[in-house]
Amino acid sequence: MRILRAATVTATVTALAVVAAGCGGGTSFDDGGSDDSPGTLTYWASNQGPNVEADKKILGPELRKFERQTGIKVKLEVIPWPELLNRILAATTSGQGPDVLNIGNTWSASLQATGALLPWDRKNLDAIGGRDRFLAPALEATGAAGKDPAAVPLYSLAYALYYNKRMFQEAGISKPPATWDELVADGKRISKDGKWGLGAEGGQLTNNIHQAFALGKQHGADFFDRTGKPTFTSDGAVAAVKQYIDFMAKDKIIAPGNAEYGQNQSLRDFATGRTAMVLWQAAATTFAADGMKPGDWGVAPVPVPSGTPGTGRQINSMLAGINIAVFKNTRNLQGARKFVKFMTSDTEQRLLNKTYGSIPPVKAAQQDPAFNRKDTRVLRETLIRSAAPLPQIAEESQFETSVGTAVKDLFADAAAGHPVTTASVKARLAKAQQQMAQ
Amino acid sequence: MRGFTRLRRVGLPYLLLLPALLLELLVHLVPMVIGIVMSFKELTQLHIAHWGAAPWKALGNYRVTVDFDAPVGATLLHSFVVTCAFSLLTVGLCWLLGTAAAIFLQENFRGRGLLRAVFLTPYALPVYAAVITWAFLFQRDNGLVNHVLHDQLQLTGDRPFWLLGDNSFLALLVVSVWKTWPFAFLVVMAALQSIPKDLYEAAALDGAGIVRQIRRITLPSLRPINQVLLLVLFLWSFNDFNTPYVLFGKAAPEAADLLSIHIYQSSFVTWNFGTGSAMSVLLLLFLLVVTAGYLLATSRGRKSDG
Repeated sequence: MRILRAATVTATVTALAVVAAGCGGGTSFDDGGSDDSPGTLTYWASNQGPNVEADKKILGPELRKFERQTGIKVKLEVIPWPELLNRILAATTSGQGPDVLNIGNTWSASLQATGALLPWDRKNLDAIGGRDRFLAPALEATGAAGKDPAAVPLYSLAYALYYNKRMFQEAGISKPPATWDELVADGKRISKDGKWGLGAEGGQLTNNIHQAFALGKQHGADFFDRTGKPTFTSDGAVAAVKQYIDFMAKDKIIAPGNAEYGQNQSLRDFATGRTAMVLWQAAATTFAADGMKPGDWGVAPVPVPSGTPGTGRQINSMLAGINIAVFKNTRNLQGARKFVKFMTSDTEQRLLNKTYGSIPPVKAAQQDPAFNRKDTRVLRETLIRSAAPLPQIAEESQFETSVGTAVKDLFADAAAGHPVTTASVKARLAKAQQQMAQ
Repeated sequence: MRGFTRLRRVGLPYLLLLPALLLELLVHLVPMVIGIVMSFKELTQLHIAHWGAAPWKALGNYRVTVDFDAPVGATLLHSFVVTCAFSLLTVGLCWLLGTAAAIFLQENFRGRGLLRAVFLTPYALPVYAAVITWAFLFQRDNGLVNHVLHDQLQLTGDRPFWLLGDNSFLALLVVSVWKTWPFAFLVVMAALQSIPKDLYEAAALDGAGIVRQIRRITLPSLRPINQVLLLVLFLWSFNDFNTPYVLFGKAAPEAADLLSIHIYQSSFVTWNFGTGSAMSVLLLLFLLVVTAGYLLATSRGRKSDG
């Protein structure tokens, strides 16, 4: 009966919570926030560092700093990524969540639709210094267009092309590729004797989506139309996904084994000199942990068809990052706002983003020299110039799963040597689209 | 006074049962009823915060679920077939292995204790750790399985994938049998202890060989235990969530798309708790019918034996 139990686990939590709180059917959200317990806050932080312990060590002193400034004690819980969304969902159904929490910025619109997060209207935004302090693209990933943001940007990230300098040199390549044609040509020169041009994480649904989305932009496809209807089978979307799979199926610059990668194994292959390039968000700390020296690898913008990243068809990255949000039914609204103000202050932004290898979405904090090193400069410029947020629609998480799975299945086809054609790509995407419309 | 005593005599057992009853109600029945209610509601992210007030969808969720021409129903049906095949194979193999090992270990010989301990290890290991180890073993490029099959024995032309494509069913089956058969072994071994030794002695005197002894004495004596064992194994493997989830993650390959993962994906990953609940209720009904049918058939068999 395990399944039934799984399906009703939320129900149990809700039932118990309703009994405990003595209120009916989750009406608590309608009240908005209050200030019943101004002395404490609970904060769910996403896992940003190498592990949960590291995050506690990094955030601990900052939270104590906040306590000294405001007298508010922050109870910290760091939650690993695979658990975070389910925990937020459970908190949403039960109404028993933290006061402040981190969300992946691609979930903004989905979580906004639940109505559980505090909208950052003008008044709330002014309390933390106003809209203009933040990078405009980062603000786009805080909820659906035309609505008040459901969260505030905290750490921003973008994709870049990391390449192994020695492997490039050995293959006689003098500079990183700027266009996809160059990337394929370089990849082919490198892919022999057990070495491969490009790495991929075929089993990681979110990574699949990120790559398909950026390529989709370059083919003029959005995966959704203006009314929010999925358009997965549009010519552009099909061409984008096929281009990505073809790196393995046709160009043979991705090792077939990458089809089952899902735990960042491609980064290890890169660090150990088996793969010459990866498309990744802020990989520097991981490479260092795997024994690479900073001079061993280079960073370049993700290729675009023309070679010059920019807007429209020259978009070369999804806009990645973490937002900070407040649960609408917090019992310490004042404190929660103060905490968000603290976390998005220039000082904390500089400090935390430097530690985590991300880029501050707060413009003033970007001036720090730490964000002008060669790798962070590429990420920063991509963020400002050529990154676009994933579709900010309520069904975003379904989109990640359905199209991410389609790409995973196509990689499996390619790895097994089955032909990958426009028709077969279209069929997989059609299935994904039908699943969205249930 | 006498009335009070009688009341106490009759009422006391119920009073003592009350806490357990209340807990049972809270832990099992209430969620089950809520789950059934949910299956008639439209429960997407737009409504989960106020799920009590979510709009009714009547039989809509069920209609989507059993529409086998549309993708939701079609994949569910596929998943159902995969799960049936997987469960029957798991149960059969676990029972065969467990019974054979238990019979083999009836003889007293040196190292018997050690072997028993070794056989029971999979049962004692934490599921997550064990299955993640299997996931490593099954990796195409660095896994031990391909190292042995391909590099050493050269049984395969190319390194096969075990966690992708059709082979994933085989990989799932291997891990599941490995993890479950010690339970069958344990149960059968315990049951064997209760068969009187003199039965075998008498049979041996009459000239019955080992095969005949197993067929005529061991298996019939094991029958009542086997009936329960097979049912439990079937229900377990039919509902197994941990093994496929740890092995494949959120999106299992089509060939190994067990119902538990499928329902999890429908409710928790794509945020459609209504459809997920409808699938759960249908699954529950199916398992109830199977269980009832099985119990009915086996008890009838027992009666005619008796």
